Amino acid sequence: MADTLNARAPRARAPQTGAAPDPRRRAQRNKRRLAFLFVLPALLLLGALVVYPVVFSVGRSLFDASGEQFVGAANYTEIFQDPATLKAIRNSTIWVVVAPVLLTGLGLLLAVLTEKVRWATAFKLVLFLPMAVSFLAAGIIFRLAYEQDPDRGVINAAVVAVHDSFGDPAAYPTARAREDQGLDGAAGGPYTTTEALRPGGSVTLGFVGVAPDAMPSEARPAAVHKTGADEIGGVAYLDFAPGGGGTLGKVDAAEKGLPGMTVEAVRDGKVAASATTAADGSFRFEGLADGEYTVRLPASNFAAPYQGVNWLGPALVTPAIIGAYLWVWTGFAMVLIGAGLAAIPRDALEAARMDGATEGQIFRKITVPLLAPVLTVVFVTLVINVMKVFDLVYIIAPGPVQEEANVLATRMWLVSFGGGNDQGLGSALSVLLLLLVVPAMIFNVRRFRRSRS
Amino acid sequence: MSGRTTVERRPAERAVATRPVPLASPARPRRKNRLTALLGSGAVQAVLILVALVWITPLAGLFLSSLRSERDNASDGWWTALTDPSQLSLDNYTALFEDSGIGEAFWNTVLISVPTTLLVVGIAALAGYAFAWLDFPGRDAIFLVVVGLLVVPVQIGLLPVAKLFGAVGLFGTVAGVVLFHVAYGLPFAVFLLRNYFAEIPKEMLEAARMDGGSEWRIFSRLVLPLGRPAIASLAIFQFLWVWNDMLVALLFADSESQPLTVALQSEMRQFGSNIGVLAPGAFLSLVVPLVVFFAFQRHFVQGVMAGSVK
Repeated sequence: MADTLNARAPRARAPQTGAAPDPRRRAQRNKRRLAFLFVLPALLLLGALVVYPVVFSVGRSLFDASGEQFVGAANYTEIFQDPATLKAIRNSTIWVVVAPVLLTGLGLLLAVLTEKVRWATAFKLVLFLPMAVSFLAAGIIFRLAYEQDPDRGVINAAVVAVHDSFGDPAAYPTARAREDQGLDGAAGGPYTTTEALRPGGSVTLGFVGVAPDAMPSEARPAAVHKTGADEIGGVAYLDFAPGGGGTLGKVDAAEKGLPGMTVEAVRDGKVAASATTAADGSFRFEGLADGEYTVRLPASNFAAPYQGVNWLGPALVTPAIIGAYLWVWTGFAMVLIGAGLAAIPRDALEAARMDGATEGQIFRKITVPLLAPVLTVVFVTLVINVMKVFDLVYIIAPGPVQEEANVLATRMWLVSFGGGNDQGLGSALSVLLLLLVVPAMIFNVRRFRRSRS
Repeated sequence: MSGRTTVERRPAERAVATRPVPLASPARPRRKNRLTALLGSGAVQAVLILVALVWITPLAGLFLSSLRSERDNASDGWWTALTDPSQLSLDNYTALFEDSGIGEAFWNTVLISVPTTLLVVGIAALAGYAFAWLDFPGRDAIFLVVVGLLVVPVQIGLLPVAKLFGAVGLFGTVAGVVLFHVAYGLPFAVFLLRNYFAEIPKEMLEAARMDGGSEWRIFSRLVLPLGRPAIASLAIFQFLWVWNDMLVALLFADSESQPLTVALQSEMRQFGSNIGVLAPGAFLSLVVPLVVFFAFQRHFVQGVMAGSVK
């Protein structure tokens, strides 16, 4: 580049033919030519590849799919009638409303919090790291993380773990009772004893269908304990001796109890007592009045395990992708707001503290107002970027759900190049996209002009 | 001429323009009530540690998945590797480079992003200098138009430029991808460098002119070296932008010239059965940006901050 410039510059100066008597004017003209040479490469590229396409797209958006028929504004009315495009507009609106607000809020919160710790730099580094990651890679990362199977997707694994820590995990989804061994009911529960019991009696409840590796690790060999006069006892056990042997319907030495089962004593259709089986599968109901009872195992013992959330299904796909977007951009918001926070004059805060203002008051009445310009910049910047989001949606949404997740940019792509093949509508969408960022453009240019004057 | 002097800007503008945005902020004076501060900061620390863990986990997941066999990935989660590291091996990576064209795509990514960065910086530096310090008719108006072009979305250029490139034989070539990226990188680059160059003290340039230095000499010997911090930030931002781009290459590159992002994107259709390709491929695409990130932390943060106006 340097060579071409050096070669061209003298030539530009040389041909001063004709009347240019004033040497000062000549010098000035030369200077101008030189200046044009400096800006020429940039202007050529911008003219051919940015300005011309804008003009072209506006024109193209007024023609039909084939490009031969002038249709006026039909493509623009089509945008608001085509259901798939309307869905994209709805999703883009959700994006633009939700993502910048969440990011600015989260960024502000974290910026304030990091001011209070010493390892703030390390923390910012960690949160800023995703800014180096491409949206494609972020997309792959979150496709992995949102995997529905809780054995493979880390997010559902966490969700299931939290869920199960609140409710009792259903321990035996596959268990079923031995037929004709004293229990009524079908697979999935509930099961009730066929014969009634009186206090002082006990019952053995034999089950099959629990794989050895699905047995809880605390399970001990099943045992039947003695019961008192006002008690009903019993044992829930796996009626299956590993390696064969054992008698059907009897507790054999190698057979294990089923711990953690909920057992209820029912009298006249009402639950009189309930208990949970111990490690050896035994249970007992204490303090029972005389009478006839049946023992029941509620269905909750056999419910299918909680499988987590279908993140990438039609209902949640947009919030899920916004989640991935937060992962990428939170560090940006936090660092920028943090820089603004550091620029707030300390004495303003100290003076307020002296006057007895609480931290909350200081935050609301001083910090946030002083930060308002920074927050606005972060917000507007995010709006521009969110408006143009493409890669993440394109990558994370699984094929069949793509239409539910579409935003303007992906819809524009699919309409123009991804099989839609309607470049009239595609151009109209890209023009709409441009129009939507124009307010941000005005904001940017104004801010720039203000900073110059 | 009045705009040439350094103006006191509000913090917001300073942060977004070329000034440093350090990750480290100056330490605040300790609070008076030690105990409540300590307790409070205990809770804060716990929250922040949790947040940091949440942020690291997806990345760790990708990395560990990339080191596990297809079968392991299909049967259980990457976190089982934390207790059973014997699952981990480099097999996926060696397989990746042996076939599947990922190595070629990686090379294409380099061929696209390095020239783009050099061209953007070079062309924008020339223009930025002219807009800041040379007189020509319509200078400020043209510059405003350039700033306005800053937010023209890439999308609007796709179709027209595709037709244009098709007509001149640039469609489906590395050169086409580069040219498109350069054009759309220029508005921001010119904006950034013009602002930075404008803050060079006028006296320095006038002294150089008095000494009879040509504009080209002043530009290359004085302005460029003085503009190094801004140029470094710009170069890093631009490099990263193009390295991570998928959309532009998706349209303008063909199977011969496709970069890593596009090659991996085409694998997404079989997601679930080819994590052994996707995970190491994605990690491979991350390595260069991460190295840049850690090597040039300060410029990186500044570049990303400044570039985000795009």
